[in-house]
Amino acid sequence: MTKRALLSIVLAFGLLAGSRTLRAAEEGALPPAGTNVGDRASLQRGARLFFNYCVGCHSIKYARYSRIAEDLGLGEQEVMDNLNFTGAKFQDPVVSHMPADLAQQWFGKAPPDLSLEVRAKTADWVYAYLNGFYLDPTRPVGWNNRIFPNASMPFPLWELQGVQVAVRQPGSEEIDRLSMAQPGKLSLAEYQRAARDLTAFLEYVSEPAALQRHRYGIWVLLFLVGFTLLAYALKREYWKDVH
Amino acid sequence: MVNEVVDHGRRRFLTVTTSVVGGVGVVAAAVPFIKSWEPSARARAAGAPVTVDISKIEPGQKLTVAWRSLPVFIVNRSKAQLDALPGVDGRLADPKSDRVSAGQQPAYAQNETRSIKPEWLVVIGICTHLGCVPDFVPKVGAEPFDPDWRGGFYCPCHKSRYDMAGRVFAGVPAPKNLEVPKYHFVDDHTIQIGVDPKEAG
Amino acid sequence: MATVFSRLGAWFTERAPGLAPVYRKHVTEYYAPKNFNLWYYFGSLALLVLVNQILTGIFLTMNYKTSAAEAFDSVEYIMRDVEWGWLIRYMHSTGASLFFVVVFLHMFRGLMYGSYQKPRELVWILGMLIFLVLMAEAFMGYVLPWGNMSFWGAKVIISLFGTIPVIGGSLVEWIMGDYLPADATLNRFFALHVIALPLVLLLLVVLHLAALHEVGSNNPDGVDVKHGPKGSRWGADKPADGIPFHPYYTVKDLSGVGFFLIVAAFIVFFEPTFGGWFLEHDNFVPANNLATPLHIKPVWYFTPFYAILRMVPSFFGTAIWGVIGMFGAIALLFLMPWIDAGKVRSIRYRGTGFKVALGLFVLSFFGLALVGMGVTAEAIPAWFPHADVTVWENLFGRLMALLYFGYFLFLGLYTRLGWETTKPVPERVTTHD
Repeated sequence: MTKRALLSIVLAFGLLAGSRTLRAAEEGALPPAGTNVGDRASLQRGARLFFNYCVGCHSIKYARYSRIAEDLGLGEQEVMDNLNFTGAKFQDPVVSHMPADLAQQWFGKAPPDLSLEVRAKTADWVYAYLNGFYLDPTRPVGWNNRIFPNASMPFPLWELQGVQVAVRQPGSEEIDRLSMAQPGKLSLAEYQRAARDLTAFLEYVSEPAALQRHRYGIWVLLFLVGFTLLAYALKREYWKDVH
Repeated sequence: MVNEVVDHGRRRFLTVTTSVVGGVGVVAAAVPFIKSWEPSARARAAGAPVTVDISKIEPGQKLTVAWRSLPVFIVNRSKAQLDALPGVDGRLADPKSDRVSAGQQPAYAQNETRSIKPEWLVVIGICTHLGCVPDFVPKVGAEPFDPDWRGGFYCPCHKSRYDMAGRVFAGVPAPKNLEVPKYHFVDDHTIQIGVDPKEAG
Repeated sequence: MATVFSRLGAWFTERAPGLAPVYRKHVTEYYAPKNFNLWYYFGSLALLVLVNQILTGIFLTMNYKTSAAEAFDSVEYIMRDVEWGWLIRYMHSTGASLFFVVVFLHMFRGLMYGSYQKPRELVWILGMLIFLVLMAEAFMGYVLPWGNMSFWGAKVIISLFGTIPVIGGSLVEWIMGDYLPADATLNRFFALHVIALPLVLLLLVVLHLAALHEVGSNNPDGVDVKHGPKGSRWGADKPADGIPFHPYYTVKDLSGVGFFLIVAAFIVFFEPTFGGWFLEHDNFVPANNLATPLHIKPVWYFTPFYAILRMVPSFFGTAIWGVIGMFGAIALLFLMPWIDAGKVRSIRYRGTGFKVALGLFVLSFFGLALVGMGVTAEAIPAWFPHADVTVWENLFGRLMALLYFGYFLFLGLYTRLGWETTKPVPERVTTHD
């Protein structure tokens, strides 16, 4: 009985591990984003980047300023002064002020809402996307992306990262790697940290409940383990009758 | 196999302990479900404090604003209307708001004018009888429902009357004075409804 | 305290003398074989998950909006703005997947120990009906969040009915109430998901248990306890190998429940999407009738059946053969009591052929699942860069489908043509643990 129970635990976790490996394989093994939504400082830095560089075009309409403030440990005044540039109320959702029809005209399509971007695409994908922009004069906005070919988005973080260009093998269309043509304000490591922070913030935005889940989950599990041990002792006691 | 000794004490102890622990688990599991009925973040956002510019309200006029979906009357009472207030005390159910209407206003509005600043009346425009919205009848002079009217609020549903401080008349269906919400003056031209002066710091 | 209970009991007995015998028949004096092993936990666990689905489902309906324009937003509203809404939703979504885990294991137990054999044919058929309704229930629930996988899943599954000759096209429109899955589709699926099918499910569960208690539970030895030797500490006329369901199996199932809840809570709190298998990435994108998700596939528990659909080619100008294959895979399970003509129930005493066949059947089920999940389509090019993916995937998938159907054919012949050499079944149950 005990042996089999242990075996099934091992099986369950094996399945989980397997599914993760599979997912990694499915995504063509993107480098891990290395985000940690439990790291509040990282989320705060990511929020600052988002509100400085992204919210001009992209909404996160399911997130409220007030909830972001609460979860990131920021004060109301801090958020209203440093993050809210649209004149929205503190309790309002974060909606970009860019008119959809103008955006359509400029970029060919309206910039998507990013509330669920990480859940839809995974953190690794978003991180790779933020690292994957390169100069491409054939594109209408002058930029292309290695992870998301022919994305219609210009690269707002270019001042930070610098300007990358694609390096191809002679006679091949395939991109070999990206090389830095003009360095930006940040070093490579600094930019990667910034991209990681921004990804972490979007990961948090895509599931704010993750913070609560982890907090309560451990207590629920401890309680259930205690209960199960008790119930098992009770079973053993009653089953002394059975031969 | 029939005659063996069962340790009834241990069996009872384990049964009771498991039941109690299981019961605690069930109660704990019920908490999220019960709490899910509380006002959601959206409802709380919609019920957030409302800031109102009152500089455009002329003396004797009323502005109605929505706070938590309730109509809130903001009245700039004229000198004449304020002067008329003590004169109706004898006809009111609870002129000092210290009996049945003791809970109808924050402590800082429990005075003759039921307000922070004498001229500015802020009340929730919901009749304390059955929840209709009373009409604002500011004019001093005989009205069909009251030959000796000094201005105030008249509820069209069941004819309850309130004076210019939202105090209810005696002998009408409504039992209590109109409720004064939490509010404070941000500056001379702006009030915020839903926040105490103390909370605002 | 005790007197309060006994007086309350007397009060009820006086007013409804028929109640106590019902309770005794199904609980305190239901004598279950004493040799249940690990495989016998999954029935009570299925009941637990059903209760979880109903409770969490009721609370989800309190905030869910049944309209194509609002459904997706309302799910995010539950996940973010409703107090503890995320927990209720994850309990429901995790419960849906675990329901199938538990039910698949429960069904496998039945195949392994011959629980479908005479006299339990009715129990088996009612169980299979539960499985069928559960699949419909799960499919309609999957549509409700109105993500892009919901939309396209609905479109593909409903299109299956379009393969039926003559009436197919109009049947598809009738099911959707539109020309695409739309508001009308969502509304009717909601009605069916939250009330119609749960009522049917509950009725079937009651009948499943009632039918079981008429004939008594099977056990890992396949020995008939009810008609076997008599005499135990509970009475000279009670089955010698039976023990009262309560308290012995209630306390045993309770510890099983505890263990199951640990696994379930781990998923709910730490891995609610289960790596994209329980809640899929593409379903966090709102329904878009112009863009099919790149990795369109059904949710994992449908994949073995879906793979059969994909592996059967269309011929004579119609795709109905795949649909017949898919539904046939389930219909054959209904017929198990009549396909298997063996006289021995439990795998412990059956012939080697049966053991091998059941093993291959399970293998084919997992193999088909891999095809349906798209794992083979990823793995083949990874391992064999120059292989033609379609050819190899079809070869593998068709082999698995043949194994699946072959199980039923083989079992029918094996038990009828006298190929099976069984071991002697003991008189009394055995206990190994």
